[in-house]
Amino acid sequence: MSEKVLMKGNEAIAEAAIVAGCRHYFGYPITPQTEIAAYMAKKMPKIGGTFLQAESEIAAINMVYGVSSTGKRVMTSSSSPGISLKGEGLSYMAGCDLPALVVNVQRGGPGLGGIQPSQSDYFQSTRGGGHGDYHMIVLAPASVQEMAELTVKGFELADEYGITSMILADGTIGQMMEPVSLDFDLKPMPEKPWATTGTKMAREHNITNSLSLVPEELEKFNFARYEKYKKIEENECRYEEYMTEDADIILCAFGIAARVSKNAVNEARSKGIKVGLIRPITLWPFPKAPFAKAATHAKAFISVELSMGQMIEDIKLSTECKVPVYLCNRAGGMIPDPKMVMDMIEKVKAGEN
Amino acid sequence: MNYKRLTLLCGHYGSGKTNIAVNMAFELRKQREKVAVADLDIVNPYFRTKDSEKEFRESGIRLICSDFASSNVDLPSMPADLYSITDDKSLSIILDIGGDDRGALALGRLSEKIIEENDYEMLMVINKYRPLTRDAQSTLEIKNEIEFASKIPFTGIINNSNLGAETTAEDVLDSLEYAEEVSKLSSLPIVMTSVESGLYDALKNKISNLFSLNLQAKII
Repeated sequence: MSEKVLMKGNEAIAEAAIVAGCRHYFGYPITPQTEIAAYMAKKMPKIGGTFLQAESEIAAINMVYGVSSTGKRVMTSSSSPGISLKGEGLSYMAGCDLPALVVNVQRGGPGLGGIQPSQSDYFQSTRGGGHGDYHMIVLAPASVQEMAELTVKGFELADEYGITSMILADGTIGQMMEPVSLDFDLKPMPEKPWATTGTKMAREHNITNSLSLVPEELEKFNFARYEKYKKIEENECRYEEYMTEDADIILCAFGIAARVSKNAVNEARSKGIKVGLIRPITLWPFPKAPFAKAATHAKAFISVELSMGQMIEDIKLSTECKVPVYLCNRAGGMIPDPKMVMDMIEKVKAGEN
Repeated sequence: MNYKRLTLLCGHYGSGKTNIAVNMAFELRKQREKVAVADLDIVNPYFRTKDSEKEFRESGIRLICSDFASSNVDLPSMPADLYSITDDKSLSIILDIGGDDRGALALGRLSEKIIEENDYEMLMVINKYRPLTRDAQSTLEIKNEIEFASKIPFTGIINNSNLGAETTAEDVLDSLEYAEEVSKLSSLPIVMTSVESGLYDALKNKISNLFSLNLQAKII
């Protein structure tokens, strides 16, 4: 008998979260991520967990803040406009160094936009999302299997560093169905001596709080937090390289755009054009090393995105602008197809010769 | 298959109802002149029978569907010509219903007339490789929830057990026992086993009432 099950990307996130020990889900429905909430609503009551449909996204993220303070694994999920509403809560959680998993299954924007897939929340998520000096770990799955794996990883990293992990998916990966194995090597959950679990008159009060009355103190917290971010940047960059070693043209893409790009790499190679792909899996921390390495031999980069080219800044910073970066994109809910990427490859190649 | 005037496809979310509905419509069109597909999915704005609108038109199959299906307007709405399903008895119709009990609610206001006319099959599509219907017991739970919401009792089962593009003939054969158990516990016949057309030849001598599916186009 097969060990795999057939799941939608959104369902894979929900089930993987349960496997990772998450028993608290708070959310407010929005397409195209509603299956996460629907799955949790069906499953949580059966396993002694909590599913709660909050009155708003703002309420949901603050419930996440509360449960996280008690040391439990907790999550919320939404899609682009809903994540904007959660921005304040995300910033408060960062100010308290609280771990949590937040899922953004992006749709086209800005504003209410549409319900078709998009990657246009790249800036919002990689630069923090809310106000203040902070970051989230941002994970970009490119398959239903990765939706599950990165959910588990997201919880583990969140607990390890005291940070919010965000799964930055898009409507396509959320909605597509693929076989998934839910067999994970789980790390044991770390101790959380800071959790507000009751003193039992045996210790000092634990307090989760993002308000500092003394600016000198607040500055100290911010410097310390950025020491932590430095460690994350050193240790947690993830990426996939595909046929980059001898490549003249490097495609850069994450999520669904990386799947399209991989097809284009194969087609280009069959025509004798040396093309490779770098797929960042962590968008923050951005994996600068493979880009810097590729810039020593590649003649051009093409960023393939479902946005107006939001990743280009990070590519240029990573390569110190040594090589031109072109954009091949669709926006507003549209997806580039392999032919469009192939046309761009040929155009760039012609320009290079 | 021997079609009644109305063929209703219900089942767990993502069990494969829409692909079966599309293929049934084309088969039914070969047998009858006036055929329609009713897309009554109020759960999912994506992957609708409406996605095959062009092919239906070319084959002379009428589509009964909300104007907002497969659009950016995420409205769980009913088609304007909903009542042709029960009122126009010259039509043979495949009804594609949304997943789970939430989707089956769409049948609520049609159920009385459908049962009164009594020329229908109410088929439950099952897939043992879906995480919430991995065994007969959990499948029956969903069956009961759907019957409660739709107010129409099931008359048969379609075994559509698959693992998407990775499905092997073995996976399908391994699901037969599960389908038999669902059938036994519910006293419903297995009216067909459906497989992707690429697996049809490998299985046609091993499974009776095998139905070949051409899948709706996928983007990537």
